[in-house]
Amino acid sequence: MKARRIAAAAIAASVAFALTACGGSDDDSDEGSGGGGGDSIKIGIKFDQPGLGLKEGSKYTGFDVDVATYIAEKMGYDEGDIKWVQAPSPQRETMLETGQVDMIVATYSITDERKEKVGFAGPYFIAGQDLLIRADDSSIKSVDDLDGKKLCSVSGSTSAQNVKDKVAGVNLQEFKTYSECLPALVSGAVDALTTDDTILAGYASQASYKGKLKVVGQPFSEENYGVGLKKGDSEMCTKVTDAITSMIEDGTWEKLVASNFGESGFKPGEGNPPTPAACD
Amino acid sequence: MGDLFENYDIIGAFWVTIQLSVLGAVGALVIGTIVAVMRVSPVGVLRILGAGYVNIFRNTPLTLLMFFSVAGMAFILGLTLSENLSTNAYRWAVIALSVYHAGFVAEALRSGVNTIPAGQAEAARAIGLTFGQSMREVLLPQAFRGAIAPLGSTLIALIKNTTVAAVILGTTKPEAAGMLQVVTENEGASLATFGLFAIGFVVLTLPIGVLFTRLSQKMAVKR
Repeated sequence: MKARRIAAAAIAASVAFALTACGGSDDDSDEGSGGGGGDSIKIGIKFDQPGLGLKEGSKYTGFDVDVATYIAEKMGYDEGDIKWVQAPSPQRETMLETGQVDMIVATYSITDERKEKVGFAGPYFIAGQDLLIRADDSSIKSVDDLDGKKLCSVSGSTSAQNVKDKVAGVNLQEFKTYSECLPALVSGAVDALTTDDTILAGYASQASYKGKLKVVGQPFSEENYGVGLKKGDSEMCTKVTDAITSMIEDGTWEKLVASNFGESGFKPGEGNPPTPAACD
Repeated sequence: MGDLFENYDIIGAFWVTIQLSVLGAVGALVIGTIVAVMRVSPVGVLRILGAGYVNIFRNTPLTLLMFFSVAGMAFILGLTLSENLSTNAYRWAVIALSVYHAGFVAEALRSGVNTIPAGQAEAARAIGLTFGQSMREVLLPQAFRGAIAPLGSTLIALIKNTTVAAVILGTTKPEAAGMLQVVTENEGASLATFGLFAIGFVVLTLPIGVLFTRLSQKMAVKR
């Protein structure tokens, strides 16, 4: 009896293994055709960033999503050909290097460290680190007023490291996501939330926080959002850069900014719209 | 690799991990001993409370306890332990680690108590010792000696579980997992960094495993 049960378990396990093995090889073949510019394109976006890249049921909304859709259409893909993939910040380089995605449009700042591992087209937007505070709070007007204030950010993020360098005696609580900071900000447990102004504007225009929070509007850093690509793929880079240029020239850029951030009263900072850099 | 140590205070991060482990272990041992005594006490209410404690905290995910401590207890209920947010998070992390692992310590100790022949407890009561005295003089010393191996496993689990504190500690006063996040954010994910942090934990836990195995053989009550 016992032996029979063990045998049954072993068979079940081997079947499960065989099934997963099949699934794996299917993915591989997909990857080959996608990478070669075939019938579909895989784009990495954020799934949890209102105003930029947000997954609601089976719908994707936000500025990054709209930009990515525009670029893909310019490159000859239909909207239906796009496969959206979640690209969390720490995994973005790896996802491009291993070919899990063809491009990443996910609040991806162009930095020299990242350029060593991946290629960039753009920038398509210049964001800056800013502060989100309660709408009735008049004591914080810029980053200089932060001394002695309680601040919330996401652990390990560039914004958190930046603010530590800027304000020596900063009183910082770090959580895994910005969404976890928001209730603390509304209840008064912390006084400000800091990250890129685009992300903050996205939260401020969410229905549940409308009117309760405001973006200070004094950015103290410059983040050049670029489209992440596989390193060395200059053909792809040129195509994407051309698409970004035409998006800015034909007025689509302006329309997308208004439709995604307009509700919070957020205006893009200086230098916008940017001029995309030439590809290497 | 050398750059990594120069640019990031990795040793400092592991020092925070060690601090959390030691403080958490002491807290867990104290609370766990109390709960274990409650579970074997002759008072029914205490037994129910002890069993309730073990069942609630042993079956709640540690991540949830951690996050609830700062986001719930401190930020919503206002039970802040320090005006400095990172000190506040650090103290709550120690409490969460203690409270969570106390359930496991209590069960290890109870199993230690159960290895003692019932005759000893009866003999202790027969010569006139109170429950407290018989616990202190006869049962607990033997229970600890019998429970060394499972207590060692709990300690190793606790050391590795300190990484969960990253959800509230973040990177202001990072322990090892928080530091790994910073390095990954700035340098990208690499096998070398993962390997380095994994080795760090092996260095911390492996000697403890060996030590506790030795101790459990040496200290075992010969019957």
